[in-house]
Amino acid sequence: MFEGFRFRRVSSPIHRLDPRVKFLYVLVIFGIAIAFLEVLPLILLFLIQIPFVLVASVQREWIRSLKGASFLATLIFVVNFAFGYFGGTYPSQMSPWEYPLAMSLRFLVLVESFSIFFLTTSPDHLSLALEQSHVPYEFCFAFTTAVRFVPVLAEEAQTIMDAQKARGLELERGSFIKRVRNYIPILIPLIVSAIRRSLELAEAMESRAWGATKKRTNLYVLKMKSSDYVLITVSICMLILGIYVRLCIPIPSLTTLLT
Amino acid sequence: MIKVKDIHFTYPTGAEALKGVSLTIRDGEFVAIMGSNGAGKTTLVKHFNGLLKPAKGEVFVDEVNTRNVSIASLARRVGFVFQNPDHQLFCETTQEEIAYALRNFGFEEETVKSRVTWALNLLDLTQYRQTSPFMLSGGERKRLALASVLAWDPKVVVLDEPTIGQDYEQKEKLRQFIVQLNAQGKTVITVTHDVEFVADCSPRVVLMAEGKIVADGDAKEILTNKELAFKASIVPPQITQIFLGLVDFKLPTDVIKVHEAGKILFDFLKEE
Repeated sequence: MFEGFRFRRVSSPIHRLDPRVKFLYVLVIFGIAIAFLEVLPLILLFLIQIPFVLVASVQREWIRSLKGASFLATLIFVVNFAFGYFGGTYPSQMSPWEYPLAMSLRFLVLVESFSIFFLTTSPDHLSLALEQSHVPYEFCFAFTTAVRFVPVLAEEAQTIMDAQKARGLELERGSFIKRVRNYIPILIPLIVSAIRRSLELAEAMESRAWGATKKRTNLYVLKMKSSDYVLITVSICMLILGIYVRLCIPIPSLTTLLT
Repeated sequence: MIKVKDIHFTYPTGAEALKGVSLTIRDGEFVAIMGSNGAGKTTLVKHFNGLLKPAKGEVFVDEVNTRNVSIASLARRVGFVFQNPDHQLFCETTQEEIAYALRNFGFEEETVKSRVTWALNLLDLTQYRQTSPFMLSGGERKRLALASVLAWDPKVVVLDEPTIGQDYEQKEKLRQFIVQLNAQGKTVITVTHDVEFVADCSPRVVLMAEGKIVADGDAKEILTNKELAFKASIVPPQITQIFLGLVDFKLPTDVIKVHEAGKILFDFLKEE
């Protein structure tokens, strides 16, 4: 699932957009997805993002992130269906499957938009965007370092797993509690080495005069281009449209449409 | 006996680490696998205890195909000491650390106790019995990792870069220990960059480059071959380099050990 959020260095019109604008777009999608409980607008919301994926040519990674999310989406559907069916309430004109379906679709839309954002925004750009939004540099740095170290830690976890398997650890064996306990020999070395690594990183940074000047300047500065203004306009229009539809137009449920 | 038949392996990232490797390691042999970074050494040895399964080809450990058995049952025969001891130490005390694998393999509690004592004694760690592994020094942690593997007495011991980060004295102790293990009949396989270490042990050397075996033979024969060394980006031991440079004096060029070199030079100077 993490693979589906990992940035790859390719160039496309989407990759070149200002990360702040992309984030605004994600927020708008987020807001609209939360505002609607009906299946139809959520399907629409899901579909209108596909062109973005295609333009950015990150289909493969995007599909992988959706695959990763599909398990949770199914779970959301099942839980909502169960609660709705056994004694819960749902709007009377809907069939019992429609509300759970909308809930899992909403989740997928959120995953989809965040996945597009992270797949097309490099950690460096993200940090720049944070900095230029006047977030203190310490926080920006901590954030980007955390993002950057995820693959490193994942690799280390794999090595540790190998090392413990070589000592006879069988992860998938035993009762549920035993299986949870099986992860202790992996988590302890991982945490210890992460702490050690962070101390080493701090020393290395300190010895290269990190934080010596209070006022930092950047080699690259984010500048809004015409394409960024286009996306801002699109996002705001979508938001207005979303609010208008929500408030003024009743949306037919799928069941009514089908019958 | 470990039999590797034309194996290929590609990591999920797409890196092709092994491109057709065949190798047979007999019982009681001492093998050093050498080569530059990324030559596929560690990938190859991870096939010996089933941590990795070949994409193509077969690996047999004592006639058992590694595809058909669990890592745990292979690990009982093939002990694997990882490069970085910090990747495996997690218990509260040193003795617990050694007992961990023994309990995984289902040894009786009585046996576990005696084996732990034996292993602590073997690697000179008895005084640290109740110490936390995280309080030990680098060299001691390395020894503890080794002890925790030797405790279950595997037939084959694989050591990944055993000499990295060790001072000369530790290295020499470790070398003697490994040679002794081999003398007691264990198959020892070590992955290493350290030519001086290999020269002093003089095992069978398997030289790898770009996912293939480029040479396989006696340490003396391989470490003194300049072309092979160049191909696998290793440098012959310093002693060998001196003798290769002194070739005009009709001195032998296949010298890899310091004490051997001393004797030859002494005889040579006496004659002059």
